[in-house]
Amino acid sequence: MEVSAIVVMIIGMVLLWGGLAASIFNAVRSGKKNKADNAA
Amino acid sequence: MERSQWGTRAGFIMAAVGSAIGLGNIWRFPYVAYENGGGAFFIPYLFALLTAGIPILILEFTIGHRYRGSAPLSFFRMSGKKAEWLGWWAVIVSFVISVYYAVIIAWAMRYTIFAINQAWGTDTETFLFADFLQLGDVPGQTGDIVWGIFIPLALVWAITLGILLAGVKKGIEAANRIFIPTLVVIFLIIVIRAVTLDGAMMGLNAFFEPNFDAIMDPSVWVAAYGHIFFSLSVAFAIMITYSSYLPKKSDITNNAFITGFANSSFELLAGIGVFAALGFMAAQSGVEVADVAAGGVGLAFVVFPQIINQFPGLNGLFGVLFFLSLTLAGLTSLMSITETYVAAISEKFGTSRRKAVAFGGGLAALISILFATQGGLYFLDLADYYINQFGVAAVGLIEVVMVVWVLRKADNLKNHANAISDIQLGGWWKFSLGVITPIVLGYMMFGLLRLNILKGFETETGNYEGYSDMFTLFGGVAVAAGALILGILFSLGKWHKSHAQFEEEK
Repeated sequence: MEVSAIVVMIIGMVLLWGGLAASIFNAVRSGKKNKADNAA
Repeated sequence: MERSQWGTRAGFIMAAVGSAIGLGNIWRFPYVAYENGGGAFFIPYLFALLTAGIPILILEFTIGHRYRGSAPLSFFRMSGKKAEWLGWWAVIVSFVISVYYAVIIAWAMRYTIFAINQAWGTDTETFLFADFLQLGDVPGQTGDIVWGIFIPLALVWAITLGILLAGVKKGIEAANRIFIPTLVVIFLIIVIRAVTLDGAMMGLNAFFEPNFDAIMDPSVWVAAYGHIFFSLSVAFAIMITYSSYLPKKSDITNNAFITGFANSSFELLAGIGVFAALGFMAAQSGVEVADVAAGGVGLAFVVFPQIINQFPGLNGLFGVLFFLSLTLAGLTSLMSITETYVAAISEKFGTSRRKAVAFGGGLAALISILFATQGGLYFLDLADYYINQFGVAAVGLIEVVMVVWVLRKADNLKNHANAISDIQLGGWWKFSLGVITPIVLGYMMFGLLRLNILKGFETETGNYEGYSDMFTLFGGVAVAAGALILGILFSLGKWHKSHAQFEEEK
């Protein structure tokens, strides 16, 4: 594989899969925070 | 009557992701990206995702959540009769799509069985068109029913309508909680095997190698926006209907980000799997990847069976997994498309869910038999082209223009989403919806109208795929125009008394 193709593949993975992971992480974090607020 | 509700936030997200991930993610995205600059395509693609896909998703989630109804009811509650027709137009477009989409799932289901012993033989093209579809010679003539398609088609409708009959939580949510993780696991197995095949790197190189000159071409940007638009199930009335089942206190914006990124993540995975497999096929045949690269029906039902024939081992297993993944991706989308008119019928006429499923789903199933005939592929191809370009894309364009510029509801909806969401919407959202999306979709629609009116296709007749004027008029133009006319007609009727009144929250 050409270096440019590898670089693009990695950037694509980081942006799309990273974006998904970050938004799921944010949902889990806010869910936990809401639970804690409700308990308090 | 109490409104149905999702059981959990994860259940809603699974259903929205299940709707977005469809056949197009597997057979359309890889080829569109390859044809439009390879790796460089990711630049316009990401722009389109962040300035059109996710903003429209947020818009539709907010409309459904705020007005708590199917698309027609939500638009009616937003601005009365002057907006209701738009909801019905989207619902009729969904109805048309469901009648032929079910047939493609039926093909995938049948090919799952064929894959066990590679019943398609060595000439996969002849097998598809002559043996399996028994395709007639003249477009526009139905011919006989093809029972090999009709039987799996009946099964597709039985599964879909059975799930919808079970309701939102016990039917749609429960099914997506099984189908989506299964689909992801199956596809991961396929991709891991594909990238370890001989020649896989050649395929991945062809897919990811960037041609940066391509991003200076406006048509590449239109392709990126068009793909994001069709891929995310926006302007189908689906996301409005699905979000109307969310509890009152639900996040909107982050759910839209998860749905958008999950859809794109799956597309990227599909692109890696498809091009690794194409690289393998090219290496086996001693040709370039460009010689075997394809998209759509040709990729799934002609090229992939050839790849499976050449697999070094466990051919049957990988064939079954591939076509099973197509079947699952299709079913999760079909149930969401069908839910749009089930919900709309039930609310407009005050009927039970059971009756709405029986009437709406039954009628769609009956009409879909047209596409299970010898001439079915021609009808499917033409209806698909016109209803997507002049149905879905037109609904999307008019939706954003109406909401932002005509009804001036953008601020109202932004405040609603911000009050319940983690991620706060700012000027980016309104600018994307009010300026970027209308410009790009408007440019795309103008180009399409010019192409079709001036008969600019490079075919013998100048029409799409070289079809005759009469067939194009009745099989394509009339279908797309009929969806708009029927949408307007449906909006003339009164709402059932249980839905006619709505107190908008301040």
